[in-house]
Amino acid sequence: MTANTGTTVMTLLQALNLALTEEMERCEDVVILGEDVGRAGGVFRTTDGLQAKFGEARVMDTPLAESGIIGAAIGMALYGLRPVAEIQFSDFIFPAMDQIVSEMAKFRYRSGGEFTCPVVVRAPSGGGIRGGHYHSQSPEAYFCHTPGLVVLAPSTPEDAKGLLKSAIRGADPVIFFEPKRIYRTVKGEVPNDPDFTVPIGKARIARAGKDVTVIAWGAMVHTCLEAAEKAARNGVDIEVVDLRSLVPLDEVTVLDSVRKTGRVVVASEATRTCGFAAEISALIAEEVIEYLQAPIVRVTGYDTPFPYALEHVYMPGPDRVLAAVHRVKTF
Amino acid sequence: MATHRNPADLVRVLPLDGLPATTAAPQLTAQQHRDMFRSMLLVRMLDEKMLLLQRQGRIAFFGPSAGQEAAIIGSGSVARAQDWIFPALREAGVALHRGFPLEQYFGQLFGNVLDPQKGRQQPMHFSSAAVHQVSLSSPIATQLPQAVGAAYAAKLRGDDVVVFGYLGDGATSEHDFHCALNFAGVWKAPVLFICQNNGWAISVPFEKQTASDGIAVKAAAYGMPGIAVDGNDVLAVRAATQMAMDRALRGEGPALLELVTWRRGGHSSSDDPSRYRDEASIPAWVLIDPIERYRDYLRANNIVSAAEEQTISAALKSAMDAALVTAEAAPGPAMDTLFTDVYATIPAHLQRQMESAGSDTSGRAEGAFPL
Repeated sequence: MTANTGTTVMTLLQALNLALTEEMERCEDVVILGEDVGRAGGVFRTTDGLQAKFGEARVMDTPLAESGIIGAAIGMALYGLRPVAEIQFSDFIFPAMDQIVSEMAKFRYRSGGEFTCPVVVRAPSGGGIRGGHYHSQSPEAYFCHTPGLVVLAPSTPEDAKGLLKSAIRGADPVIFFEPKRIYRTVKGEVPNDPDFTVPIGKARIARAGKDVTVIAWGAMVHTCLEAAEKAARNGVDIEVVDLRSLVPLDEVTVLDSVRKTGRVVVASEATRTCGFAAEISALIAEEVIEYLQAPIVRVTGYDTPFPYALEHVYMPGPDRVLAAVHRVKTF
Repeated sequence: MATHRNPADLVRVLPLDGLPATTAAPQLTAQQHRDMFRSMLLVRMLDEKMLLLQRQGRIAFFGPSAGQEAAIIGSGSVARAQDWIFPALREAGVALHRGFPLEQYFGQLFGNVLDPQKGRQQPMHFSSAAVHQVSLSSPIATQLPQAVGAAYAAKLRGDDVVVFGYLGDGATSEHDFHCALNFAGVWKAPVLFICQNNGWAISVPFEKQTASDGIAVKAAAYGMPGIAVDGNDVLAVRAATQMAMDRALRGEGPALLELVTWRRGGHSSSDDPSRYRDEASIPAWVLIDPIERYRDYLRANNIVSAAEEQTISAALKSAMDAALVTAEAAPGPAMDTLFTDVYATIPAHLQRQMESAGSDTSGRAEGAFPL
């Protein structure tokens, strides 16, 4: 059952915890730091049990300062450790923006490759937990706009485990967005092999289809899959592309799907203007416009702060995805 | 205005205006003295030469260190080969003292192939893995939490390493200064925070930067000792830094050193202090040359004679001139260095951009595009 072969069904949260456990067992350079990650095991319990297992020196409850957490993680990585820093909610990442954008992303480049900082920053993101604007945002675009960062956003337990392990083993700094809304609600088969990884930069066809391509990442993938099931009952066959890795982006998988269907919806929880959905749309328009049979349509959050009471209006649900699919299908 | 710190409040070894020494001279060999003195002369010599080059348009930018040589070399000379340096703007002299080659120093200023950074940064942002010195970052104080992290890592591995995090007085207003000292205090990290308080953050004088009585006092809030030192007294700086170093090596954690000095020139070659600084009101003691103070000591103790100093200076000048000729003749970085080192390996989108760069327009005659 726990052999290196086969799979175990678990939640996304359990898969993340397993990835951290395995990597800390594999390599003593891997350390965890963040607010409440130690004794409490994280406010979401992602690091549950790790301090008891690996000690306070490797699983650190830090003072409450995000810039200090990321800055210290950079210094640890420069020295040779493999720090995994937790930002409790991605909404709280902004005090560390200078460390991430000015420092972490540029160290390799600015030192001519002499100094590198392979830090993994884990950040629970996205809405749907009645958290208001400081516990719900999807800030991935800021980081995709910064050369030097790898930006990941898994949507399944298998990918959460495999991508986190790739991030920790990789040579580049990674911003790892965790879809907190589905931490416990999505379960799936996860390979038992402690050396199982998912390659960075490869998208996944979450559902094959021939009529319309719907592109999403993170928790929105599940919203789109739900929309696809509804559409299927009405004879529309949606292909859902789960990007998993925003930077680097698997352009081949995206463009191949668009060439096949000729109709595209890009779905994202983040605010609309200058969001990553805009980047995907521009890529498709530049590269394969001759295949398009309808305008590219984005389904996104609105250009407002993330609301509290009207969260269900703000966040795109399956019906908004379906409305967009209808638009591109009937154009 | 610009009262700066009262010299009577500072740790001192070398005499100043009749003020007594407050601590004994550090035990140094004649060779150690000569090495420190040579590095101070080199920093001054480079300063004068590089400002000239900047005015001639041969380098784009320079940040001078004149007047701060004692603070730079007195502290940096305590670092051992295995120790790490996270500098601010004016600590290139620390790297040079610890073996950073002049050819690479000039290569960085010219931004050419001799630069370990491959010409990617504005002048003054030197770095070298060989001497464990990362580059300064133009954003202020960001290096300090990093210094704490590196120190924590060294401690975790049980390495005999102390990390030096340098800063200026302006940096003490940044959040990262407070994050860093707070983390270091809690973690008892082997890190020294070394503040060159030169009285000015570009145009803003010290009294407009903070209402606290100096910078050393801030250490108390983070559970570490703070020591205010006459930063123009190289032996006091050396003694205080060594004391903090010994403490860190005993596992007693971080310390904050305030090296009180004076920025004689502009913030950088782009700055004009006559716009905001009344030279007549500068406290006299800060203008007493730190090199002269050390020279007097070295002469009085028969460590470096006038003739020896001449030999040292002549050797420095010929080494500087030779390295400068070599460095200025070196070619600029290769085109592909624009795209390498962003990531460990070049991702597909960047590979395409690399292939199109240059071919977008170059190699075609004017008018080749029928638009």
